[in-house]
Amino acid sequence: MNYLVHLKCRECGRTYAPEALAACEQCWAPLEVVYDYGRLWADLRREDIASRPANMWRYRELLPLNGEPWVGKQTGFTPLVAAPRLGRVLGARELYVKNDAVNYPTLSFKDRVVAVALSKAREFGFETVGCSSTGNLANAVAAQAAAGGFKTFIFVPADLEPEKIVGTQVYGATLVKIRGNYDQVNRLCSEIAQKYSWGIVNVNLRSYYAEGSKTVGYEIAEQLGWRLPQNVVVPMAGGSLITKVHKAFEELKKLGWVEPADAKFFGAQATGCSPITTAAKRGTTEINPQKPNTIAKSLAIGNPADGYFAVKTIRGSGGAGEDVTDEEIVQGIRLLAETEGIFTETAGGVTVAVAHKLIRQGLLNPGESIVLAITGNGLKTVGALNGNLGEVEAIRPKLADFEEHYLSPAPAAAA
Amino acid sequence: MPIIVRVPTPLQKYTSGAETVETTARNLRELFERLDQQFPGFKQALSKADGTPQQFLNIYVNDEDIRFLGGLQYTFQDGDEVLLLPAIAGGA
Repeated sequence: MNYLVHLKCRECGRTYAPEALAACEQCWAPLEVVYDYGRLWADLRREDIASRPANMWRYRELLPLNGEPWVGKQTGFTPLVAAPRLGRVLGARELYVKNDAVNYPTLSFKDRVVAVALSKAREFGFETVGCSSTGNLANAVAAQAAAGGFKTFIFVPADLEPEKIVGTQVYGATLVKIRGNYDQVNRLCSEIAQKYSWGIVNVNLRSYYAEGSKTVGYEIAEQLGWRLPQNVVVPMAGGSLITKVHKAFEELKKLGWVEPADAKFFGAQATGCSPITTAAKRGTTEINPQKPNTIAKSLAIGNPADGYFAVKTIRGSGGAGEDVTDEEIVQGIRLLAETEGIFTETAGGVTVAVAHKLIRQGLLNPGESIVLAITGNGLKTVGALNGNLGEVEAIRPKLADFEEHYLSPAPAAAA
Repeated sequence: MPIIVRVPTPLQKYTSGAETVETTARNLRELFERLDQQFPGFKQALSKADGTPQQFLNIYVNDEDIRFLGGLQYTFQDGDEVLLLPAIAGGA
């Protein structure tokens, strides 16, 4: 069953039929997918969801496909992990990690948005698909497009981490490396999308693509026992994810599946690319673009397309934005790994470090429930830890050498 | 200053399908006026009532975001290539 009504401009309200439209033709603002919430409320019960398979499509009526998904059928429903050891360090009483570092198939939350976008691309009849990316989206599109039988062009900045380059090319996609930063790659990709009839997931399929992020929010609520957390900390690149988790929570309230409580949204960025958190801290929705300079390359978007909406979401919810240095990011990665055994990439380090900073500043209440959105796997940004974990010298395969190097002073031997 | 304006597909309906337009203008406000003179109705797709660019329209001069060059204060140089691009991409 399809509950999609139309696309609606987020700025001027003009509506459009659900086609592959990139933006409002009047004011160029992004378009929102609108559903028939009345019919959804009547037709769908939250008890129906519980019996469905453990993937993102358990919420399919709230996603913009006409039929069954073409790709990404096992994506989503990642673990929501209670994190008491990390909580003790941060002083947080009820802390959870939404662990998209283990999302299927490419270990980031991008698998969700790509599953929707490429399934929609097939519905629209696109044969060639693509994206511009700082890494995770590239991996996800390359993988799912291969499984879906599409021809694929992936546009990336040439200085992307080698792990992400390999993790894109291996699927057989055509990789286009651009001598420039992500914003320049994005601009070129927009020009290409506007000239050729290709399904560029984050350009002319963006409205549908973005809806996939809502499943992060639905899952958090369901995994907490159909209740909303009091606080959510979300990393921000283009700014879309945080607005979609918010939309998901609002939809659940509309459907009566959760109590009408309000969650506070906290946006996290790296100081070296902080256009959204800078605006949030200044109390303005006007975003000044920046030239990114941070190890958090997956968040290195100096001109965030959804920045304006992200700031509105943050401020409207009573939350805050904050950014952290590259050193703090690495500490965040290590802290999560050492306390909870979860190895996240730099964007996850940003999230942990920002949560820590916000609690210290008294802006994030450690006595309330907090969910950290951990969006990607640490193996994708291994280089960020270079020089930080300490060199280990090899020893000879001799018991005495081991005891001398590792066990001085010696513990009691087993009897 | 003589400049070249590149018009992407979504905006070509205002320029009768032209992909590039040659014109002269000293700055952005003047450019919007000139384009509207040449293509009546074009201005309302590009700027707000007060003459400032539409919020979701990105403007590049020689591939650089005009906001890094001074925005409305930027003075066009001879031969500058201006790209008007609806800001419709994002995501990482």
